[in-house]
Amino acid sequence: MNDMRVTEREVDDLEIKMKARNVDVFYGETHAIKHVDVDIRDKTVTAFIGPSGCGKSTFLRCLNRMNDTIDVARVEGEITLDGEDIYDKRVDPVQLRAKVGMVFQKPNPFPKSIYDNVAYGPRIHGLSRNKADLDEIVERSLRRAALWEEVKDRLAAPGTGLSGGQQQRLCIARAVATNPEVLLMDEPCSALDPIATAQVEELIDELRSRFSVVIVTHSMQQAARVSQKTAFFHLGELVEFDSTSKIFTNPDDPRTESYITGRIG
Amino acid sequence: MTDATATAAPRPHGAGSLLAQDERTRRRNKAEARFRAYGLSAVIIGILALVLLLVSILSNGLSSFRQTFITFPVMLQAERLDPEGNRNPAEMAEVTTFGYLPILAQAFVEHVESLGIEHDVGLRDMAAMISDEAPAQLRARVLANPDLIGQTIEVEVLAGGRIDGFFKGRVTLASAERDRNVTPAQLVLAQALAEEGSMETRFNWSFVTAPDASGQRPEAAGLGVAIVGSFYMMLVVLALALPIGVAASIYLEEFAPKNRFTDLIEVNISNLAAVPSIVFGILGLATFINFAGLPQSAPIVGGLVLTLMTLPTIIIATRASLRAVPPSIREAALGLGASRMQSVFHHVMPLAAPGILTGTIIGLAQALGETAPLLLIGMVAFVREFPAAPPEGLFDAASALPVQVYSWTQRSDPAFVERASGAIIVLLVFLIIMNAVAVILRRRFERRW
Ligand SMILES: Nc1ncnc2c1ncn2[C@@H]1O[C@H](COP(=O)(O)OP(=O)(O)O)[C@@H](O)[C@H]1O
Ligand SMILES: [Mg+2]
Repeated sequence: MNDMRVTEREVDDLEIKMKARNVDVFYGETHAIKHVDVDIRDKTVTAFIGPSGCGKSTFLRCLNRMNDTIDVARVEGEITLDGEDIYDKRVDPVQLRAKVGMVFQKPNPFPKSIYDNVAYGPRIHGLSRNKADLDEIVERSLRRAALWEEVKDRLAAPGTGLSGGQQQRLCIARAVATNPEVLLMDEPCSALDPIATAQVEELIDELRSRFSVVIVTHSMQQAARVSQKTAFFHLGELVEFDSTSKIFTNPDDPRTESYITGRIG
Repeated sequence: MTDATATAAPRPHGAGSLLAQDERTRRRNKAEARFRAYGLSAVIIGILALVLLLVSILSNGLSSFRQTFITFPVMLQAERLDPEGNRNPAEMAEVTTFGYLPILAQAFVEHVESLGIEHDVGLRDMAAMISDEAPAQLRARVLANPDLIGQTIEVEVLAGGRIDGFFKGRVTLASAERDRNVTPAQLVLAQALAEEGSMETRFNWSFVTAPDASGQRPEAAGLGVAIVGSFYMMLVVLALALPIGVAASIYLEEFAPKNRFTDLIEVNISNLAAVPSIVFGILGLATFINFAGLPQSAPIVGGLVLTLMTLPTIIIATRASLRAVPPSIREAALGLGASRMQSVFHHVMPLAAPGILTGTIIGLAQALGETAPLLLIGMVAFVREFPAAPPEGLFDAASALPVQVYSWTQRSDPAFVERASGAIIVLLVFLIIMNAVAVILRRRFERRW
């Protein structure tokens, strides 16, 4: 743990973007998330850490209602975005997901051109008035995902032909292009090599200037490197949620300490 | 699985030499060799059966694409073909084929005489060498072009079925002795005419373009109406089964909740695919003809019945190809705020399309070869009139390729054996084309993701 650069930044005074209160998730009979309360602050990177199967992905997917697509999943409790309950009957999850974007564990570009991958979100949400507009959005998003220089000459090439790291950055560009307010990332680096991982981490730090980012990660070093807030999950419970530096240097809960020192998980 | 219960005492692997096979390995290799031999012989048996089938069909059927024609000059006597002398087609049409028959017969006899061929064929027998279809063909030609009347024209008429059979090796002098329909003398004369160049066996397009002919005129029977009927039915099937099947599959696969009810539907669709086709025929007879009052023998009814039969095939293929699209693609689209429908139509469908198309074509190919249900809805009727152009033509009586094969095999004249095999060849060619298209589409649109 000595090599960790714990990034400490003053984040407490930023407004709360998303708020989860007393959230329970069931998969049929399985109680996957138990009474979780979390505040996601604006322009902050929040990391979810914890052993496999503790419910990090499940909770993350509650934040943009991706769990709706799983028949057996049932979500209880309250989650708000800017004070509005996202599980309200009047909320269309499609509209919600335009505001709360998501990047998945395995890079999943559409089998279309790089350009079309990035342009898809803006197109379906009508974010551009004309082709020039769209071109600009695509370029801006690819630049923001640090991919522009590598692909600017082959925007018509299939996105699936890129390397794993490039594909994941393409997925990030795609998510960024819809101009979300919150970006959820579920282990975005787990399929990447160390160099690509470093690029994506750098990217996350930059994205923080415009969005709030929630990242699920297996790697505690990664959480320490990129996040300002860390939530530690264990067996479906939120054990501890605090500033990253506090979690990694002076955790309150003995379970957190065991996990970050490698005794559980 | 005797290997699993090997009795040899456990022994560390290092004990024996690598250069000598131990008992276990030997037995394993033997078992593998035996299995390969079984597999190979199964494949060989299959291929042999296929080759046998093809050889027998081709050897029986290829000759149906060739036909024997007799060429000779005919004087079209005005006083017999246009008694009023007005060249008015309506009046001329009153002269039936019985008016043309003696003219043809007389011209043929005169032609034989002019060639100076020695023969002992009676006048009646000589006229019988010409197909019964020939007067009708000549009449049609004259009615289409009344100016021909009064001229001497060169006609090329079908030879009778037995004469044709002689040139194809089906009829011999020996068999003619025992045949009431042909005499050896006729065959000798035919041979002489062939040597003079007046009789010739050559490729015959009308086998695929002409309508069916009666049981006494195998030489004139063609597949035209059957091909048109089958084509119309395929149109109906494509127009109905593809959209309905794809819509049903997309709904079941992408939208429907997974519960008892949808499970039940799923099981039923699979079972529907296994229902004997004749049951669909009974269903079609009861609902489309008796209840809905659609005409018998019509391609629309056949098409509807075949649609019912093809639907399960298309649904199963479509659902399989939808399921093969990785869920990550759907998640990606949904995560970007696409609706379910957008995710399906923008991303899932393009990836599933080759599979859907292949399934559809295979379903169509199955439907094309289906016979039993069509027998029940009257497609086996003898139809000589070509149906009109669609959509009205869909309600006209027509035949279908496999049914034509069936009805030809039911006829007594042995010449129909050749014709039935020829029809099978045509059917097989269509099936091969459709399957090739399916393969090409799959190759062409297959993409990696
Ligand atoms: N689609 C699902 N259906 C049923 N159970 C699931 C499903 N997804 C996850 N689970 C269960 O929920 C628990 C939490 O899973 P998950 O959120 O994926 O964990 P993590 O991302 O922390 O590894 C696990 O016990 C897992 O088995
Ligand atoms: Mg996970």
